[in-house]
Amino acid sequence: MRWLWIDKFVEFESGKRAAAIKNLTLAEDHLHDHFPGFPVMPASLMIEGMAQTAGILVGEARDFKEKVILAKVKKAQFEGMARPGQQLRYEAKIESISDEAAMTSGTIYCDGKQMGKVELMFSHIDQNISGLNFPKENFVFTEEFKSLLSTYQLCGSKKGNNS
Amino acid sequence: MAMDRSEILENVRETLVDALAVEPDEVTEDATLTGDLGAESIDFLDIVFRLEKCFNIKIPRGELFPDELLNDPQYVSNGQFTEVGLQKIKEAMPHADFGAFEQDPDVNKMPDLFTVKTLVNYIEAKLAA
Repeated sequence: MRWLWIDKFVEFESGKRAAAIKNLTLAEDHLHDHFPGFPVMPASLMIEGMAQTAGILVGEARDFKEKVILAKVKKAQFEGMARPGQQLRYEAKIESISDEAAMTSGTIYCDGKQMGKVELMFSHIDQNISGLNFPKENFVFTEEFKSLLSTYQLCGSKKGNNS
Repeated sequence: MAMDRSEILENVRETLVDALAVEPDEVTEDATLTGDLGAESIDFLDIVFRLEKCFNIKIPRGELFPDELLNDPQYVSNGQFTEVGLQKIKEAMPHADFGAFEQDPDVNKMPDLFTVKTLVNYIEAKLAA
């Protein structure tokens, strides 16, 4: 199983905001356990989806040079349920960013209707835990994660061709 | 318009209630951020971001929480601040009360220096500058 909880970016404004979508399908194993006979997207995985949207936004702001780690879920509020066949939209915004950390706010929509608010804090770990030997390569932003950004560029260029 | 100390305390209290999910009445001037209010290291960054926004100030790294001194053997030896180190940390943190700490400058007790009052003093000096 690949730990990618967004399907593609649909908007991306470097260093400021981004929007990603995630389509829910019954092909996803976890929905059969949560809950048997009544599949609902777990809120914890929606937090993960927002963390990936916001984390890539924060990473891109520093050209993916920093290792961006989710450090704190400051707020997570949900109302309603997201079910197979529906589409989630994660909108993330950078509230503050410094050498050491970043703070983001975000709203989650399900089929266009607001269903959650998530505020997160990310750490640039190389700037915070000095003296510890982390691998030099960026193990947070692997090629798999970076490829998500190219999905945005692909749909962005398509849009450009159509207009 | 300049803020008086009670207004600063009120804003600091609100910041800590949001950042640490504590009750407003827990945020007394003498409460320590880590011991009494349960702050962890990442919360300090959160607090700095929020204070910057709330008071419209810039807090340079190491000014409010000077952690870089801890890695210098000249200042800290065997888990205790040296005489030079103690002098240095006092200069770096004019906003903190060193009364009890000075008697036993154990590095592990350093978090006790960060009280609500320390934050209020810092902001007060910063806004007056």
